[in-house]
Amino acid sequence: MKEFAYQRATAVHDALESVAENNTKFLAGGTNLVDLMKRGVETPARLIDVRALPLNGISEARNGDLVIGATTTNSETAAHPEIRRRYPALSQAVLAGASGQLRNMATTAGNLLQRTRCAYFADLASACNKRVPGSGCAAVEGEHHNHAILGTSPSCVATNPSDMAVAMMLFDAVVRYETLTGKGEIPIARFFRPVGDTPNVETTLPTGALITSVTLPRRAEGRRSRYRKVRERASYAFANVSVAADLTVRLGKVREVRIALGGVASHPWRARIAEERLLGGPATPERFRAAAEAELAAATPLPHNGYKVPLARNLVQAVLTDLTRQE
Amino acid sequence: MTTRRQVLKGMGLGAAAVSAPIAGTAEAAPSEAIGSSWTRIEGKDKLRGRARYTADIPVEGMAHGALVTSTITRGLISGIDASATLASPGVIGVLDHRNAPRLNPQAGSPFFGPDGQFLLLQNDVIEHGGWPVALVVAETPEQARAGAERLRVSYVEQPHDIGFSAGHPLLRPALPSFGPDANKGDLDAELAQSAVTVDERYFTPPESACAMEPHAATVWLENGKIRAYDTNQAPFGVAQVLSVLFDKPLTDVRVEAEQLGGGFGGKTGVGPQLILATMAAMIFSRPVRVALTREEVFLTTSARAATEQRVRLGVDRDGRLRAIGHEAAFELSVKAEYIENCVEVAKVLYAADAIRTRINVVPLHILPPNSLRAPGTAPGSFALESAMDELAERLRIDPLDLRRRNEPEVGPVSGHPFTSRNFLRCVEEGARRFGWAGRDHRPRQRREGHLLIGTGMAGTSFLTTAFPSSATITAEPDGTFTVAIAAMDIGTGARTALTAISADVLRVDRSRIRLRIGDSALGPAWGAGGSLGTTSWSWAISSAAEELLTKLESKPSLPVSVTSDTTNEIFSLPPRERHAYSAIFAEVAVDPATGEVRVRRLVGRFAVGRVVNPLMVRSQLVGGMIMGLSMALHEQVVRDEVTGRQVNADFAGYHFAANADVPFIDADVVADYEPDNPLGLKGPGEIGTVAVAAAVANAVWHATGKRQRRLPITLDRVIEG
Amino acid sequence: MTDATRSEISLKVNGKTHRLNVDNRRSLLDALREDTKHAGPKKGCDFGQCGACTVLLDGKRVVSCLTLAVAADGSQVTTVEGLAADDDLRPVQEAFLRLDGFQCGFCTPGQLCSAVGVLAEHRAGWPSAVTSDVSPDHRCRLDAEEVRERMSGNLCRCGAYPSIVRAVLDAAEREEVKR
Repeated sequence: MKEFAYQRATAVHDALESVAENNTKFLAGGTNLVDLMKRGVETPARLIDVRALPLNGISEARNGDLVIGATTTNSETAAHPEIRRRYPALSQAVLAGASGQLRNMATTAGNLLQRTRCAYFADLASACNKRVPGSGCAAVEGEHHNHAILGTSPSCVATNPSDMAVAMMLFDAVVRYETLTGKGEIPIARFFRPVGDTPNVETTLPTGALITSVTLPRRAEGRRSRYRKVRERASYAFANVSVAADLTVRLGKVREVRIALGGVASHPWRARIAEERLLGGPATPERFRAAAEAELAAATPLPHNGYKVPLARNLVQAVLTDLTRQE
Repeated sequence: MTTRRQVLKGMGLGAAAVSAPIAGTAEAAPSEAIGSSWTRIEGKDKLRGRARYTADIPVEGMAHGALVTSTITRGLISGIDASATLASPGVIGVLDHRNAPRLNPQAGSPFFGPDGQFLLLQNDVIEHGGWPVALVVAETPEQARAGAERLRVSYVEQPHDIGFSAGHPLLRPALPSFGPDANKGDLDAELAQSAVTVDERYFTPPESACAMEPHAATVWLENGKIRAYDTNQAPFGVAQVLSVLFDKPLTDVRVEAEQLGGGFGGKTGVGPQLILATMAAMIFSRPVRVALTREEVFLTTSARAATEQRVRLGVDRDGRLRAIGHEAAFELSVKAEYIENCVEVAKVLYAADAIRTRINVVPLHILPPNSLRAPGTAPGSFALESAMDELAERLRIDPLDLRRRNEPEVGPVSGHPFTSRNFLRCVEEGARRFGWAGRDHRPRQRREGHLLIGTGMAGTSFLTTAFPSSATITAEPDGTFTVAIAAMDIGTGARTALTAISADVLRVDRSRIRLRIGDSALGPAWGAGGSLGTTSWSWAISSAAEELLTKLESKPSLPVSVTSDTTNEIFSLPPRERHAYSAIFAEVAVDPATGEVRVRRLVGRFAVGRVVNPLMVRSQLVGGMIMGLSMALHEQVVRDEVTGRQVNADFAGYHFAANADVPFIDADVVADYEPDNPLGLKGPGEIGTVAVAAAVANAVWHATGKRQRRLPITLDRVIEG
Repeated sequence: MTDATRSEISLKVNGKTHRLNVDNRRSLLDALREDTKHAGPKKGCDFGQCGACTVLLDGKRVVSCLTLAVAADGSQVTTVEGLAADDDLRPVQEAFLRLDGFQCGFCTPGQLCSAVGVLAEHRAGWPSAVTSDVSPDHRCRLDAEEVRERMSGNLCRCGAYPSIVRAVLDAAEREEVKR
């Protein structure tokens, strides 16, 4: 690891001024950044620790939205009564990620900004367009058993490893931030950039911005939603495919449906094609399956990750079917 | 034998200890300690964080070494630019092939010959990815690592070959050190006359030992002598090899460890950490610690070889085996010989008119394979016992009946008598405990909601013997006995077991035993490997105790010491079939929509000789079974075919079972006693791992109707459209 | 190395305050092991993938290998050495001993700190990934399945998991009785 300076920020404005300096990064839980610094993937000259900033905690806004502070730990998010009551899929998603120890460290903003776990990204000796633009992608010809099938480009087939972000995609969360020029917000659907030929630029967050909170739009109590994650071991592993879904059925017809997929793309994948197919139609397993197939028609699997297509389809079907049973 | 078995009947774990006659002595020893479930002697230290592992022990003035490993798989080092490294804060120096001490290329293993993996930093040649090319030594670990990151190594790449298959043109026979191929009867003729046959191929991937403690060594020189704390399973054997490598007399090398954080074969021999730390201590005249990173443990130590195995079985309509053919191929490095003896079980477990085994290797540009818990038998039994299940399927009989009908009277290949054979007892007791009776043997018959449920079984033999060792016992003036032997406790409970054994053979309370282990200076001794640590060490201890007790009869002035050497006794054992046995039963739940496989129940019954400490033996058996479960479902070293390098060299990429993957496990022993061991012992250390993968794979077939002939059984291999 | 890359920090480890001058790169794990001489926490992977380095940081279980020492400045740390008074064993430690919840012992310091964290998290009503209903109105019982999931951030290669689960349940029961 390269030597670096460290500062603990006590005011947001100071933090923003500090980070404007060359090669400075914000540090929160450190579970991803410190990892990447140890590997030499990240080489900041200075870290600004933002955990002492007043960005911690979960509160309800006047309009009923729920606001999760940027430095709220994943554990706090998952355990919060209002999250569990109104956004159970978010609680489940967070709990499905990492381990108890890591969730006690990792923060909301850090989780949103975490980098891919593609082994070639983490290995300085490998070609990786995300790490070194223009160097190539070792995964396409190499090991890609757990890589993306949707929205990929020839330049990158890495997946986003976050479970939390999949549920936030489901709930149409809004990311709020501050820069030296003011405050801003980005709906999560626009927060992650498509891969294109710049996989190194992952989000639409302005340079030098500090995420201050994530807002979950108002939602009635007791509404069902569900997150299910399939992985290579029963716990403490990244997703092969995960599904977050939210379904309202009245008189056998789909009144509202939202579906988000994890482990299939460079960002949490909102399955809007499937949602459109289902809306207003009968809530049957066959229809769920067909809708998932429609979503996955655009899949571009590689030689070793083709299993993700039937897995994602089956999982969407299973989770939606499960939600109809709970109704 | 029958009498002895009857005497020992009921000696299950948790049952009271049974006094057994000790071979070679006229009288029976009191057996109060052996058979008692004492908790671990060092337990409280481990639970308070006070037990000291190699990297916990500071040495005054110690510097830290960090490795630089090759980023290419094959080629030559064309240049090393150390300028940035040497300018990096705290860096003391760089060791590479231009300035490293020369090593003796004859150093190696008695079984496999000279070992090229030891010859670190001797030339510019790279023959596998991750090969250490330099060591950067600095004042602190962070400075050493930063210095290593700044070293610029350039290479000239050459084409590599890591593509293992049994059809590879370089395929050749393995060394015959573990015995000749079996060539009993005429395999082809028997297969031709068989009513039902199986001819299938099975594949197992490279796997890594993954002891939780990464390899580490701290080395310093004391009056020209090499002193080392090192993570290894065999301090004497390691000191011996180190002395050859550095051309020192054995008396000038001393290797010690207090606690070892697991080995599982990965710390069997001399690791790169010890060689590099020794070199650095010599060149920089400082004590040097080299603690491998987790990635380096994967890249530079060893792995279990990938295997491809063809099993042919032929059987009469009534289930009597006519033919067993087991041809195994495994991958080898170009640096050293090794034998992944997959065919051991095929020579022992079942009677057949014809038995033919072959074992071949393909040398490739890969990390040299070496022992991993139950070498040979773990992948070998997966193939053989999967094939047996396929045979039962084709015969439409109970897999248990297939075993019952093929129990041999004598060694099926050797013709030698068995010393104690309790395989069917394991099968029957396991089946009873598991509730096997009444199983519908047809696949895909049980459902629970969306889950498919299946059960499967498999069994194995596991060679047991003892290796020559020496122990020194001193009767102290204060009435205590110091028992010294170069054993290692790698987590097995050796300290506790050897203390109990010492107490019994000396016929004193265990409070009077002072056990010293973990030090090469204590004399020649076998290591913690091959499930033969306790069998070998206890033999040396009981031998010394016997002589000491005789000496003490004349009331000599104390202290009095006796040193034993079991070489002659062990080498004069008659040729007989000595094995431990097991039967494993598994129940799995499979979600066909996702391919997820969960092991819901595991039952194992074991014939592992007399049980020294039921609590710890059960822990070892359970732990072994968990490693088998993990091998079945999770583990594989993945190499990039283009670059030749391991892609998943960390615990996020190389999965082994986490807590959530493991159910409560029912492991127990059946009454058993090894007459060719003075204390009746066999080794329980590895057998737990064997046969589990086949039992799980057979259960997955039973659940789904689809055979799993390739490990691990990952979800993509199970998912249904 | 310039001064900007080192920091003066204060750590309260098992009740005792240590003032240290650390390289900013130093992990909390290395600071504990090398500077404050607490070798209990172990370096099994150094990347948060095994849990052997688990300690309680201000009462919460964390992996000390991914925690920078400088970022822990001013914190209270409990390592395995501080789980019980000198010659005592805490109930969970005693259960590990009695039920043989360890073999080589290398992962054990992390398992124990994690177990203490798990018991506290459960007492606080936190759900887990296997909790059937995460609703705050649903009280989740700590059974074997829950313990397995909650302890899954601590790998054990010896395969002591079943005994670890029993030991944690045993300790939970005794705590319950005590309260």
